[in-house]
Amino acid sequence: MAIGAVGGVGPEEATGRLAHAGDSRPPGPEIVPMSYWRTVRWRLARDRTTLLAAGVLVLIVLSAVLAPWLAPYDPTAGSIRLRLAPVGAPGHVLGTDEQGRDMLSRLLWGGRMTLVAGLTPVVVALVVGAALGVLAGYVGGLTGTLVMRTMDIFYAFPAVLLAIAISGALGPGLPNTLISLSIVFIPRVVRVAESATVQVKGLEYIAAARASGSGVGPIVRHHLLANVLGPILVFASTQVSLSMILAAGLSFLGLGVTPPAAEWGLMLNTLRQSIYVNAIVPALPGLAIFVTSMAFNLLSDGLRDAMEIRA
Amino acid sequence: MWTYVGRRLLLAIPTLLGASIIVFAMVHLAPGDPIAAVMPAESSQAEIEATKRAYGFDKPLPVQYLVWLGRVAHGDLGRSIATRRPVILDVRDAFTNSLVLALSSSLVAFVGGVGLGLIAAFRQGRLLDKVASLVAIIGVSVPYYWAGIILIIIFSVQLNWLPAMGAADGGGPIEYLRHMVLPTVALSLIPLGVITRVVRSAALDILNQEFVLALRAKGLVGGRVFTHVVKNAAPQIFTVLGLQFGFALGGSVLVESVFSWPGTGYLLNLAIFQRDLPVLQGVILVLATFFVLLNLVVDLVQTLVDPRIARH
Repeated sequence: MAIGAVGGVGPEEATGRLAHAGDSRPPGPEIVPMSYWRTVRWRLARDRTTLLAAGVLVLIVLSAVLAPWLAPYDPTAGSIRLRLAPVGAPGHVLGTDEQGRDMLSRLLWGGRMTLVAGLTPVVVALVVGAALGVLAGYVGGLTGTLVMRTMDIFYAFPAVLLAIAISGALGPGLPNTLISLSIVFIPRVVRVAESATVQVKGLEYIAAARASGSGVGPIVRHHLLANVLGPILVFASTQVSLSMILAAGLSFLGLGVTPPAAEWGLMLNTLRQSIYVNAIVPALPGLAIFVTSMAFNLLSDGLRDAMEIRA
Repeated sequence: MWTYVGRRLLLAIPTLLGASIIVFAMVHLAPGDPIAAVMPAESSQAEIEATKRAYGFDKPLPVQYLVWLGRVAHGDLGRSIATRRPVILDVRDAFTNSLVLALSSSLVAFVGGVGLGLIAAFRQGRLLDKVASLVAIIGVSVPYYWAGIILIIIFSVQLNWLPAMGAADGGGPIEYLRHMVLPTVALSLIPLGVITRVVRSAALDILNQEFVLALRAKGLVGGRVFTHVVKNAAPQIFTVLGLQFGFALGGSVLVESVFSWPGTGYLLNLAIFQRDLPVLQGVILVLATFFVLLNLVVDLVQTLVDPRIARH
């Protein structure tokens, strides 16, 4: 939903139609119940901010995927004579960097690295964290305590510090960035997954399924996952922007993607010394990170509101 | 309640021990020989072995861990491989500088975030709410190290109002404050956004509860309702404040790098690139310990403020 409009007009209020699981009003005879996912789609289709954010993201992802065809120049080939050309210079729409490399080409190629480095850890954390969290929440007992206490230990470190410390110990490079950021995000997903699982597990329909003879496997697959995956997914989506900011931040510190590859954080770092010569060009890579991360945040806000999941 | 407090205190011990194991493991899982990196290239095998023995690197890992932990418990974090100075001295100075920055930016984020969050909640759906929510989402989305660079471009390079670098040692309090302004603003952006969002949603939750309706029905005017809402939202506000203070302390690494602020981040950066492992270990251990204690204090104060927590 739009900026700051949580709890605005939902489809029930707008049309008088309802409803999905959890709504206590009994449907009248003439009212056609809408399924949960149809309601979610209905809301998203009417949420202009979220649609705009999604559109911007599609453009950014497409430009990153198509970088080899869209980029006018080789992103690593520079020219000493053309250093720090301003935005709008002939042949270089967005200027050139401190080594005379075309900024537009580097921004397009850089998006690939930043998106991969930002998204992969969240996806890894989503899979590993959901598995561990559901295990800890459903099985409980000693296993659950063990998993949760181990995760608590990682909470002893502020996220940024943990990422930098692990990357610092492992050394620079994209794989190490992915490892350190995954370690940062796994415990967070585990906590959300565990608490969602414990909540759903206590509901009566799970007890009913157990009483009617369902085994652990089918209960988890059919009854539990369907109801805990929503909150876990929405939570993971809120972490994407932080993951991107941190991934680019690691490169910014010289701990992530290594030169001469193009990556937004790394570009920001190498252009930093040039702000006294040209103030606009060095700001561009950061602007790219900002726009992408904001689009992810708006999308995840919209998703949360449409799915009626409480943060 | 006191059993809860006791339990919570006991729980901090395994967390601290676990954190110390992670800090220790982090350094020893690192590729490359920590000694080889700092020894002169022409040193003989015997010299390398002697240095290894001096640092205790020849013993099995669990033994090394226990010896290290014993020293740490006595406040001995070892000596920097690069400068030979006791790590604890370097970490102490750097930590003080980082703490100052974390406190000032937390203060800005707290005042701004609570203010914006409450305004947004009480003006839900109106223009002020939209503005506050926009500020909040920009705050949580902005790569704050980039925001630092933008601040330098505007206020140091273009306008020449504020200094861009360093902490102004010996320049008097005014000069010190002038150096603090830009890093403080840059570091407060994410906490400001997070606090605004949490406060807004906490206040909205309470505004939508029946007792608020009852208060209004009873004839209470805006100001009195406001007090009730703030009181009830206080525990949540307090939690997020504690977490965000931790963020400011850990997240300062990137801001310190932008502004050359001589804090833990600066020290950590130096240690990483010189592969000065005792310093790396020391900085992270001190920050993690502080963070665990901070969480503990937040939890305990919260139990005092809201005794319901102890019962869960």
